[in-house]
Amino acid sequence: MKPSAVEESLFRGLMILSTALVVGSLLAVFASVAFKGLPALSVEMITQTPKGGYYIGKEGGILNAIVGSLYLAIGATALSLLLGLPVALFLTEVCGDTRTASYYRRVLDVLCGVPSIVYGAFVFTIMIVLRARASLLYGIVAVTLFEFPLMTRAIDEVLKKVPQRLRETTYALGATRWEVATRVVTRQALPGILSAFLLCFGRAIGDAAAVLLTVGYTDNIPTSLSDQAATLPLAVFFQLATPMPEVQQRAYASGIILLVIVITLSLASRWGSKKLTRYINR
Amino acid sequence: MDRAGVDRTAWAVIRVLAVSCVALLLLIAGVLFSKSIPILSSVPLTNLLFSSKWFPLRGEFGFMAFIAGTLMVTLMAMIISVPVSLLTAIYLSEYASMRVRNAVKPLIDLLAGIPSVIFGIWGVAFVVPAVRYRVAPMFGINTTGYCVLSAGIVLAIMVFPIIISVAEEVLRAVPRSLRETAYSLGATRWQTVKHVVLKEASVGVLASIILGFTRAIGETMAVLMVVGNVAQVPGTVFDAAYPLPSLIANNYGEMMSLPLYDSALMFAALVLLLAVAGFTVLARTLPRRVARLQQ
Repeated sequence: MKPSAVEESLFRGLMILSTALVVGSLLAVFASVAFKGLPALSVEMITQTPKGGYYIGKEGGILNAIVGSLYLAIGATALSLLLGLPVALFLTEVCGDTRTASYYRRVLDVLCGVPSIVYGAFVFTIMIVLRARASLLYGIVAVTLFEFPLMTRAIDEVLKKVPQRLRETTYALGATRWEVATRVVTRQALPGILSAFLLCFGRAIGDAAAVLLTVGYTDNIPTSLSDQAATLPLAVFFQLATPMPEVQQRAYASGIILLVIVITLSLASRWGSKKLTRYINR
Repeated sequence: MDRAGVDRTAWAVIRVLAVSCVALLLLIAGVLFSKSIPILSSVPLTNLLFSSKWFPLRGEFGFMAFIAGTLMVTLMAMIISVPVSLLTAIYLSEYASMRVRNAVKPLIDLLAGIPSVIFGIWGVAFVVPAVRYRVAPMFGINTTGYCVLSAGIVLAIMVFPIIISVAEEVLRAVPRSLRETAYSLGATRWQTVKHVVLKEASVGVLASIILGFTRAIGETMAVLMVVGNVAQVPGTVFDAAYPLPSLIANNYGEMMSLPLYDSALMFAALVLLLAVAGFTVLARTLPRRVARLQQ
């Protein structure tokens, strides 16, 4: 064989090996969490809050954390959409391709890269200044801060893909910029906005670092914004940190619940945007 | 209000919102900096950064152990992640059939969406014992398994999807015609990749690596769970380390109990923020800068 052919097959082999390693590591994560957690998974896990002695292996479940996570993620993701969509529209419809737009995008990129623990630390500092205790409200604030740049950039990319001729047609009919943005561009981009929403929702549910510093932890289901709340990632983390093997096993079972939610969101986003894409103008 | 009035008012309000994102970044940096002032004014900066004496009770705050821990864990992750991710990206963009691509890409997206705490428990269940009972004995070393290597492995997998998706996009953007030219000169596929595609895409590929690096520096929970959290400058990859994000996450509860301790933790957050901001701007500016030079 010629040296070039040897090199060719060597690198092709390495590439296939690498791809297999990446896919394999995903499967390994699923498999080992499932293997460790399945024996402890039960209906009570998702229908009950922790009873007395839960953390030494007695009865109960993590309904508190499931509900807490949903409250937190719904609140933060809705807020980020409310802030992110207008800013993204501003970038594409008003700034266009100008230098201003690229400065804004650069700042948003930096904000996207800021680790969630830094947002947590920031909100924690604000809480100290306000003499506030950890609560669902501050958790939502922290998660919104780190989610909103992601949401804005994701929607921004979707809006860029809306065909320019649609905007021009609408302007030709005498519409204002605001009308074009809200009635044409946003509707056209709806499938993409839905995927951005679900993507960010998944991030919000999975975040632990920002929440660790701001939301507290409780065995009860929160009833108001000023209550502390438990979240699934924190439930996983704290249960694994206990010395009891039974409780540690429940950490893996809680991990399965978290994974199922995240995977469902990911599939829903794929399916939903495909389904909705049928109705838009290309 | 007439239609033009609605238009003007709406955009004016939104402009304020857009400006406030910029303000948010400055505000975060400003708050963290103002909180760091007490420690910056009482301990010289060189001591803060290069001393490894960490005794908050005695008022000695040297961040060397934490900075070294962060760098070693991140480097370890990059050493594993960069070659694997780049080879995968090249495979997906240059070699794989449509069917394989369509099967693998969603899995990589899925990997990107897995919460860090899941990687953490996977690390505790699988990587830590593997390092303790299989890898370390091969080198004749005793370790708990909670060490730089374990954290690096877990972190590498978290960084895969970032490098792969950015690098793949960059590679696919290389014009078809360049490849055709190379093939017509008799180059093999790999020769085309090596001499034409990678050369053309080199800056973008570098940007993808920097983005992966930024993500790795700030990752908290997964690393915290497997790295051991011992405040020392790790001598080997089998030693425990204590990266900056773990320092904040583990100690925020007690930070009000000691003088200067809260300031020290906020300084840690500030260092992270500045590092990440610098690298992100670099990764986003580099490709455009170079493109302009080439023109």
